Amino acid sequence: MLNYIIRRIFYAIPILIGVNLITFTLFFVVNTPDDMARMHLGTKRVTPEAITKWKQERGYDKPLVFNTTEEGARKFIQTIFFEKSAAMFAFNFGRADDGRDISHEIKTRMLPSLAIALPVFFLGLVIHITFALVMVFFRATYIDFWGVVFCVALMSISSLFYIIGGQFLISKLWHLVPVSGFSDGLDAGKFLVLPVIIGVISGAGASTRWYRTIFLEEMGKDYVRTARAKGLPETLVLFRHVLRNALIPILTGAVVVIPLLFLGSLIAESFFGIPGLGSYTIDAINSQDFAVVRAMVFLGSFLYIIGLILTDISYTLVDPRIRLE
Amino acid sequence: MKVLHKYLIALFVALLSACGGNSWNNPYPAADVDSNILYSAFAERPKHLDPVQSYSSNEIMFTAQVYEPPLQYHYLKRPYKLVPLSAIKMPVIKFFDKNGERLPDGVDNKKIAYTIYEISIRPGIRYQPHPAFARNNQGKFLYHDLTTKDLEEVYTLNDFHHTGTRELTAEDYVYEIKRLAHPRLHSPIFGLMSDYIVGLKEYSMTLKAAARLQSEKQGEGTYLDLKNYELDGAQVVDLYTYRIKIRGKYPQFMYWLAMPFFAPIPWEAERFYTQQGLAEKNITLDWYPVGTGPYMLTENNPNLVMVLEKNPNYHGETYPNEGTIEDLKLGLLADEGKQLPFISQIKFYRDKEGIPRWNKFLQGYYDASGIGSDSFDQAVQVTGRGEATVTEAMKNQGIRLETAVASSTYYVGFNMLDPIVGGFADSARKLRQAISIAVDYEEYVSIFANGRGIPAQGPIAPGIAGHRYGKEGINTVVYDWKNRKPRRKSIESARALLAEAGFPDGIDVKTSAPLVLYFDVTARGAEDKSELDWMRKQFQKLNIQLVVRSTDYNRFQDKIRKGNAQIFEWGWNADYPDPENFLFLLHGPQRKVGNDGENAANYDNPEYNNLFEKMKNMEDGSERKKLIDRMIRILRHDAPWLWGYHPMDYGLYHAWYKNVKPNRISHNNLKYHRIDANLREQKRKSWNKPVLWPVATLLIVLLISLVPAVVSYRRKERSIGIEYLRERGKNA
Repeated sequence: MLNYIIRRIFYAIPILIGVNLITFTLFFVVNTPDDMARMHLGTKRVTPEAITKWKQERGYDKPLVFNTTEEGARKFIQTIFFEKSAAMFAFNFGRADDGRDISHEIKTRMLPSLAIALPVFFLGLVIHITFALVMVFFRATYIDFWGVVFCVALMSISSLFYIIGGQFLISKLWHLVPVSGFSDGLDAGKFLVLPVIIGVISGAGASTRWYRTIFLEEMGKDYVRTARAKGLPETLVLFRHVLRNALIPILTGAVVVIPLLFLGSLIAESFFGIPGLGSYTIDAINSQDFAVVRAMVFLGSFLYIIGLILTDISYTLVDPRIRLE
Repeated sequence: MKVLHKYLIALFVALLSACGGNSWNNPYPAADVDSNILYSAFAERPKHLDPVQSYSSNEIMFTAQVYEPPLQYHYLKRPYKLVPLSAIKMPVIKFFDKNGERLPDGVDNKKIAYTIYEISIRPGIRYQPHPAFARNNQGKFLYHDLTTKDLEEVYTLNDFHHTGTRELTAEDYVYEIKRLAHPRLHSPIFGLMSDYIVGLKEYSMTLKAAARLQSEKQGEGTYLDLKNYELDGAQVVDLYTYRIKIRGKYPQFMYWLAMPFFAPIPWEAERFYTQQGLAEKNITLDWYPVGTGPYMLTENNPNLVMVLEKNPNYHGETYPNEGTIEDLKLGLLADEGKQLPFISQIKFYRDKEGIPRWNKFLQGYYDASGIGSDSFDQAVQVTGRGEATVTEAMKNQGIRLETAVASSTYYVGFNMLDPIVGGFADSARKLRQAISIAVDYEEYVSIFANGRGIPAQGPIAPGIAGHRYGKEGINTVVYDWKNRKPRRKSIESARALLAEAGFPDGIDVKTSAPLVLYFDVTARGAEDKSELDWMRKQFQKLNIQLVVRSTDYNRFQDKIRKGNAQIFEWGWNADYPDPENFLFLLHGPQRKVGNDGENAANYDNPEYNNLFEKMKNMEDGSERKKLIDRMIRILRHDAPWLWGYHPMDYGLYHAWYKNVKPNRISHNNLKYHRIDANLREQKRKSWNKPVLWPVATLLIVLLISLVPAVVSYRRKERSIGIEYLRERGKNA
């Protein structure tokens, strides 16, 4: 298994280079370094000298990918692409355009993102699986039918609606929790209740239906019929046999997202004033901060690859028949 | 089990305490209840807090409370009046000829080669407590030679346990002026100031060479001691006096002396912040200001909260005792003579979205709020006399509306280099005049700005010298004076002008082709479609087809810079309350194309340029007013802009928020504001009582809905094999 993991990590390098190249190309097709300088320096009284100076200081005065004025390997090394990409593979993300250290920002913003994402993920997993099992238990009854209708309704509503509606009802009308904000320590609890509830509810429709489908597929298998034939109660059949066997597809969807939880949510963090990485990414896109956008895309790709490797490993844990070679 | 009990008891106690003094939805710590704290919100994090670099309104909101330039605007007087702040009196201005001979006041401007501003500051002013000033018993700076080990436990500025202070001196002001040319800093006004401050451009070269030499010897980013390099244009006279020498005469320079660009910076601060390892921890002068103002920034987490606290070393200032009659009526003089600042702490929370911000304002958790278009109808109503006032719901909450005409202008420009709409030929001028009449800005302000604006008669905003009110202020190309009001000319008169321009009924007589014009705008969302449709409709009145060319902001700017746009939208917020700051936007030598100036329309009329050159160096007075009137007449005739409108700022304030007189020119106003924290706490409590019955109802409904499921489950468990299947078959 170790060999497999090492091999997968090496496979990740060309993928990360590719992702980096695509991000670089897309970003610089839309923005030139001059645009970035203007965006940063503002619109009033910006002189060409100030733009040149800004670019020089941040290394944006070099050619993008090929430097015709240099010799040999320096034709590739003395470029914006190489200089901005090479350090990232050592997880040195450099500085944002406003001068702040990106690694420091990522470290401090990761926790607020996790403070929402983890409870949403784990609570969501438990609640959605429970609902799915209830629906499967009462399959072909009105509970199952209306459960599916309810799930489809939940899926059809935009996540923004849940946020605005939740803030309106729970915070504005009922005055139960703050509308938005964040705090460190135990005080954070009151700010997390609403985003967590909304996160769990907004994801309920799709997840519950997906888990229900998986459970129903398992219910039709021979071992379930055998279990019933042995006279096992339906609850035992569901929780001991069906749930365990349905774990593999559930793990596929769940484990892969665990590392991505660090990256936070783009919309929810903005609306709830959570100073997480989702909000950081949105700010960087709006202010055309290439250094931050590139770092966040790189980190996202890296964590996704880690997620895939973790998924593979988790297969071996839940299904002894699977071996990684 | 015992542990579980402990946790349950702790949870119970926590819940009880939550139900106590503080409302459940109160986003602030319980310890802040009743405190003299002003709560505000910000949407965009500031990029720079270094006064030499900061220029945006979301930055000056902080820097203006911390830094003290020599001058400030009188809080209440209008038109705006400069008064001393850290200066002991207004600067002494002396004029000199090219031989260095002193010239008398009122001399012909052409003879003036240099102007010297001599500024004396008040003795005894001290800086806020800061680690940069901390010294040990031997008088040696504690934190000027930090090692990597020293920085191991340092994450914010507050992790330096010792602080110190020192007296403000004239040298600190000179130091800041020198920083305008610092090779590692980007001062947005360096270009402008190097045209005026004697030797600043050369000084920049000197510093660049010195920095290069120093980085070769000592490595990148080390402290460059500007005290070692003299600047001819900024000299220390004595401990409390300094001189600024500028080329020619530039009366507007006084306004710059009221901006943080000319606030003092102690060399110790720069020496402290340029140490290796601090920038990596985001501890820089750009993030942690050091000033002498009423407040100091004690927490800088621009992702969540920024806190300004009363500066314990503040030199003191009293609330003004003069104002307008209106101020007296509004109670703005009630605190005259009292010591400033009134508020102990100002907490700016980051709330990026408008809806949560608005809701928190209504709950009393923000003390003031702007009005978004979504909440406008909920907040404001227009009376029969056309006055804007708050709605009944707002009035019941004690919320009041404060309005002020912003010293800004939003306009639509014609590119004067364009072969169709540009140039000074009669046909192009008449075409522009016809369009000026057709585009109905009264309608625009009413539909798209909720009435929050005044259709412009020229470039100068109301409240600025040179702006004329009433009949003598109307743009006679576009308006007639009827019933004591400006009335837009009829569309027929616009059509007649269009025909004279060679486009009768929107058809080009030379080519017989319909006239098609292009409107360049930045990329718009769906919500702006109606605005663009409206603009098309305005041109359609003249049978002119308007094609909207929407691009992203970067491409749009590029088009403007290269002169590739035909008609475009633009705006300007004044830096200072002088007509020059508006009229320069149409000064030929400051055009965008070729000169990279601020004249986006590339308007270049020699007569106007000459008048501008004369006007800008004149002191305010009737002579200057006459010149401005002439310039405005030329502009109205040439119509290089659709003059657009001057926006009005609408702000809502809770009853406990006192002494507010909004404006966009002076920014150091928080020291004048006052809060009645007890009233606020009472209101918050009465407005935010938790409503629990919906939750209880929801739980009951959930439990009831479970009953059939439980019944069904029990029946299923009790039934066996075939009987159960038979039962199901029946049901099916």
